[in-house]
Amino acid sequence: MSVLDSKVPEGPIKDKWTNHKNHIDLVNPANKRLIDVIVVGTGLAGGSAAASLAEMGYKVKAFAFQDSPRRAHSIAAQGGINAAKNYQNDGDSTYRLFYDTVKGGDYRGREANVYRLAEVSANIIDQCVAQGVPFARDYGGLLDNRSFGGVLVSRTFYAKGQTGQQLLLGAYSAMNRQIGKGKIEMFNRHEMLDLVKVDGKARGIIVRNLITGEIERHSAHAVVLATGGYGNVFFLSTNAMGSNVSAAWRAHRRGAFFANPCYTQIHPTCIPRSGDYQSKLTLMSESLRNDGRIWVPKNKEDVEAIRSGAKKPVQLSEDERDYYLERRYPAFGNLVPRDVASRAAKERCDAGFGVNQTGEAVFLDFASAIQRYGKEQATVLGEKSASKERITELGAAVIKNKYGNLFQMYNKIVDQDPYTTPMMIYPAVHYTMGGLWVDYNLMTTIPGCYAAGEANFSDHGANRLGASALMQGLADGYFVLPYTIGDYLSDEIRTGPISTETPEFEAAEKEVRERISKLVDNGGSKSVDHFHKELGKVMWNNVGMARNEAGLKEAIAKIRSIREEFWKDVLVPGGADELNPELEKAMRVADFLELGELFAKDALDRNESCGGHFREESVELDGEQKGEAKRDDVNYKYVAAWEWNNDPGEANLHKEELEFKDIELKTRSYK
Amino acid sequence: MSDKTMNLTLKIWRQKDAKSAGKLESYPISGISEHMSFLEMMDVFNEQQISAGNEPVAFDHDCREGICGSCSLQINGEAHGPDRRVTTCQLHMRMFKDGDTITIEPFRATAFPVIKDLVVDRTSFDRIQHAGGFVSVNTSGNTQDANSLPVPKVDADNAFDAATCIGCGACVASCKNASAMLFVSAKVSQFALLPQGKVEAKDRVLNMVNQMDLEGFGNCTNTGACEVECPKGISLDNIARMNREYMKAAIKKD
Repeated sequence: MSVLDSKVPEGPIKDKWTNHKNHIDLVNPANKRLIDVIVVGTGLAGGSAAASLAEMGYKVKAFAFQDSPRRAHSIAAQGGINAAKNYQNDGDSTYRLFYDTVKGGDYRGREANVYRLAEVSANIIDQCVAQGVPFARDYGGLLDNRSFGGVLVSRTFYAKGQTGQQLLLGAYSAMNRQIGKGKIEMFNRHEMLDLVKVDGKARGIIVRNLITGEIERHSAHAVVLATGGYGNVFFLSTNAMGSNVSAAWRAHRRGAFFANPCYTQIHPTCIPRSGDYQSKLTLMSESLRNDGRIWVPKNKEDVEAIRSGAKKPVQLSEDERDYYLERRYPAFGNLVPRDVASRAAKERCDAGFGVNQTGEAVFLDFASAIQRYGKEQATVLGEKSASKERITELGAAVIKNKYGNLFQMYNKIVDQDPYTTPMMIYPAVHYTMGGLWVDYNLMTTIPGCYAAGEANFSDHGANRLGASALMQGLADGYFVLPYTIGDYLSDEIRTGPISTETPEFEAAEKEVRERISKLVDNGGSKSVDHFHKELGKVMWNNVGMARNEAGLKEAIAKIRSIREEFWKDVLVPGGADELNPELEKAMRVADFLELGELFAKDALDRNESCGGHFREESVELDGEQKGEAKRDDVNYKYVAAWEWNNDPGEANLHKEELEFKDIELKTRSYK
Repeated sequence: MSDKTMNLTLKIWRQKDAKSAGKLESYPISGISEHMSFLEMMDVFNEQQISAGNEPVAFDHDCREGICGSCSLQINGEAHGPDRRVTTCQLHMRMFKDGDTITIEPFRATAFPVIKDLVVDRTSFDRIQHAGGFVSVNTSGNTQDANSLPVPKVDADNAFDAATCIGCGACVASCKNASAMLFVSAKVSQFALLPQGKVEAKDRVLNMVNQMDLEGFGNCTNTGACEVECPKGISLDNIARMNREYMKAAIKKD
């Protein structure tokens, strides 16, 4: 019998959220002023939650390890944000967004949460426009849309390739308004190192002031973790250098179940790695697949010629190119979901068709789009006899207007001009669908501890669709959590201020201090990055785009030994009482070394292929879907929620069975 | 891709903490690939320092794709180094040549005190935003439909261009007066160009400029250095617009 209660409200799916909201207990404004809420993380989810909660009247303390809330990694999201507005009159609706998200997630998300997400999506756009977010507009002054992978409608709102930046600055501005009023107390350059529980409830956190090294206690009536994903467990990912799992992991160790850790999104369009010194990978927005066509040469001789520089990609004729996504998936073509596109790239590269020196790159080519747009523009301008050069010039201008900053970014990193030669891309770790298990109210299994945005597991199943992360972050922070938290806080109005002078805070602080001392005094011989890279290699090779039983068992053994070695031999220079970036990294890597093992354990437990999780043992053997991932709904139609049991390898599995009442379970086909 | 490597001399500002005096220290470094980003070169340098038992250099960085605004660094006297329209994390070593000496300092301004080595405190920028960098709309979601108020494309595009400021502080570090006018005017312009921002336009510009002065930033003397060094190409036109907004607000304040 599972201890998990998802608290999904009764009733038809389209009424659940409205009914639920109508029955949540409200806290009167005078009482809200007496209630403290801690929000950790100031990205889209945390920033919007902090602003909304403060606006509602709660006393908010917000924490970020960055020097300003505006620098959280949501800022780097490029392509856009989905919303079921149907402004393009292409048949979009709340139901379709819900359907696409559940199907895109390979039927491993919770229906009721996903429906709510689709339902509030339209409000997000209204809200952001009202805040002065400068979305792209058409010549009539109305909002423009673009398409994204895995869907057949155009529902993505965008601000060039900087949508995340604009949305985060919107949330940041909402926070600033509350900070200016004294309703939010902001703690920059503070990192959460533990969660404090009193009588089973989340009552505060222990943080380190990253400038002075001081260890501080902060108490509250509820704690919201909006601390992002854990893709950096792979060392190389598109995450920011500081992105980490520590806040979520510390909550896990205090009793919050960790759900589906193995669900990782490997994004198909990233700049390939160039050398051992590589510190991170850079994403090229999925929106590029609207206009870019993905290919590798058909013949191995051409592959060799391109690798050696004897031939340029533009010299290959159409017949000599294999547009493998268009070939394999005629219905969706280059716009298949991310997991499908990534595996297809890996398949071609493993077969020897990779187009760079490492053999791990495919082309993303804009030549067709430049011609197409160029001809359109020439017609609009009445230039009926425009030359090929003129058409190329006009087309390149359209592409520049749409993706200018991405092309510039590519050019600066790779030193090649994507207007005249195709980009080279390869999949990279980008997003983690897994995270802290939460119920319909976004509360973890620790009463009073909430998780929002990428830090929770709830909406994307086993694969997230493009432009849905921004949607979920803001939905959670602006429109879901501020309401649902009232259900819990309405019982807290008589609690009064929470003291930090209690044995529980004392004990948690002592543990944190001991961990820090152990690292600073360890006197080992190898740097933190050495261990992080070792971990990353194991994760990428054995727990990456394709996984199998033997590889996963090997990964678990290797991670355990790296972890042991880390604690024996890590060298952390500098002291505990100063700005010490190596110590910060060491604390984070120590937690990644535990999470990595649970991640592999979860992948081993799930002997099916679903979404981003591909088990080589589970593929379709014949029929139209031959070679595609094979899901196993009979045995694995559940959320795997892991309970900490003193060691990541000893975690206990709890299953939340998923119910699909409004969407029929089908094989996911993009053919 | 070729694999040219180079040997360099780094002159790096070392400063223990805000209270201590700092100085430039010289370090040789070898075998740097031209394909490395500048911060990857710094990573390699730090790994070597750690192996040698020395304390690595502290510097701010996070996204490493030119958007978070964390990284700074005055490289050979230029904010974000010799390339244009890039942040330090996007600067690549192919901009340098074998045998070069590279001087690396923190962004310098009274309003950006050094915390340690190359790390500076830019919270003055946040405080300017607290003073008015927002539209006073509640996050209820019950605002009017997003398309009920058309915005001319040219205004939306110009507002977007201003809004792409990443708050890195290169403008301040490049200005001989350490003025923050480009930063402040970018936010003022974004809202001044959009109908949603017009309601509070007067108070916004007065309050933000007032806070800017309180933080100790200098005045603008129109040298244009900020625009040249801005990694996002924020235009000086924004400063002109802010001056107009300020004049209008100061004269017509009701």
